[in-house]
Amino acid sequence: MNNIFAVAGIVIKELYRRKDFYVLFILTVVICLVMASVNIYNDNEIIRYIKSICLLLIWVSSLVIAITTTARQIPAEREQRTLLPLLAKPLSRTQLIFGKFLGCWLACGLVLVCFYAFFGALAASREHHWPLLNYFQAAFLHWMTLGVVIALTLLGSLVFAAPSSNSTICFVAVAAILCVGRYLDAVALTRPEPVRSILWTIYYAIPHLEIPFDMRNLIVHDWPLIGWKFIGLDALYSLAYATVFLVAACLVFRRKAVN
Amino acid sequence: MNPARTLFLLLVALLVFCFGLAASLAPRFQALENSVHQSDNIFNLLLGDASRIFANSSFVEADAYYHSGYYPTIFDNKAAFQTAHIAEDTGAVASHNQGEETSFMGPPRDWIDAFGRNFIPNRHTHLDEGGADDLSGSKEVREILPWLKLSAELDPENVKTYTVTAFWLRTRLNQVAEAELVLREGLRHNPDNAQLLFELGRIYFENYHNSARARNIWEAALRSWARQAPGVPQSKRLEKTNENFDDRFLFEQLQTYLAQLEEKAGNLDAAIARWEQAKLASPNPQDLQKHIDELKQKHTGSDGVSPASF
Repeated sequence: MNNIFAVAGIVIKELYRRKDFYVLFILTVVICLVMASVNIYNDNEIIRYIKSICLLLIWVSSLVIAITTTARQIPAEREQRTLLPLLAKPLSRTQLIFGKFLGCWLACGLVLVCFYAFFGALAASREHHWPLLNYFQAAFLHWMTLGVVIALTLLGSLVFAAPSSNSTICFVAVAAILCVGRYLDAVALTRPEPVRSILWTIYYAIPHLEIPFDMRNLIVHDWPLIGWKFIGLDALYSLAYATVFLVAACLVFRRKAVN
Repeated sequence: MNPARTLFLLLVALLVFCFGLAASLAPRFQALENSVHQSDNIFNLLLGDASRIFANSSFVEADAYYHSGYYPTIFDNKAAFQTAHIAEDTGAVASHNQGEETSFMGPPRDWIDAFGRNFIPNRHTHLDEGGADDLSGSKEVREILPWLKLSAELDPENVKTYTVTAFWLRTRLNQVAEAELVLREGLRHNPDNAQLLFELGRIYFENYHNSARARNIWEAALRSWARQAPGVPQSKRLEKTNENFDDRFLFEQLQTYLAQLEEKAGNLDAAIARWEQAKLASPNPQDLQKHIDELKQKHTGSDGVSPASF
């Protein structure tokens, strides 16, 4: 376990040395503040459109950080020829994969804390109330979803040749799931065979990342808290998918030549 | 050659050249200035006619905000949302909505769908009637305004956006001056529009209590309504079909408001004439006829003229 935490620590340090997070965070802050400065019929209490834009930017930024950070982990070790010395130490391949995953996941967690703190401050500036539990639910499920994305990207980094192709494929896959994942079953019902069966199979096979993504509407429009039972079930659902991708990554990495 | 004469001739030549250049450039600059004025709107400049599509999306987004996010997507049954509820609730447009607005999702298709519905807005609410938490005041309807403003900027020729914005500003947010500015902005882009003039008249009548100004504006609106379809007889325009609902509705509303104005001023003859006109476009002419009869009775009682004289 210590080995896993050691690898994870290095990944976290790498994140705060790089400029990705700072650039995206400042961009989010600037866009939101510019949007907030727009005068809308002299009403200073309008906030929901700003919340909506801010949450969307947080999701996009976090996905960019998660995918780009994860996609370069293993290829960078290989290019810099540090992979062999790393594995020569008492560190198994499985521990390396789990360490990289944990590092990226925790780093994304830290990123989300900053983003959601800004979101909360922005919302409180006009709403004059602070639904902390709602924000916690949203941030927690967001983090769990990023776990699935990170595990998927880690698997991709072992399958695809270059980090760029892996990042692109992961972005397209995640964007497709977020946009139409929820409706694939409805589309399947209107299609003839064999398209229908193919769509059903895809629908049940993909991780439904759109569930926490669609939760933005509840936060934007001040809906009451979601039952904790459902939060727990969705967290388990995400963890299950992350585990599947991680196990697949370990299996691929075990057979892969590292030199 | 005398150097002074050469200098003089050069000056004359320069003057002629300058005059010719100015005469040649003036019309070009004028044309350029006009084209710049035409593309004042940055969205029009960037998007062209596509800005209307975005304007419509923005209007629909305002309606989605009015429902606190409980809104059908392109994959859902949209029969109950054909006409935006923010426009329908103003009472100024024809409703094409059918079916139950509370259950457009239908029963869950599978366990993933059933589970996912716990994470999205799943109850029909209106912002001015309590919103998502059933506790919000009617002023929460302000949240639709950014999208309406964007819609108006994207498509300044869409009259509906201005009337809907002005309605909510005036009735729920009590921002009468802002509502008037919105309508005047609409009139700047759509000069002499009957719908906008009608709404402006309502502001003067209901909020500013300026009956004289309201009457002038509504009469101008009626004239504009008549000019909208030159050559088409009024009886044809008031035929009861679904296509001309907006046309009939506007005519009826204008005549009704003018009739009320006349009644308030004590001009019963003029009021009865207006009610008679309103009856032509009303979906319930019997109710109006009853009111007309009452007025005639009142009029007869006051000056002894028999109802048959009308």
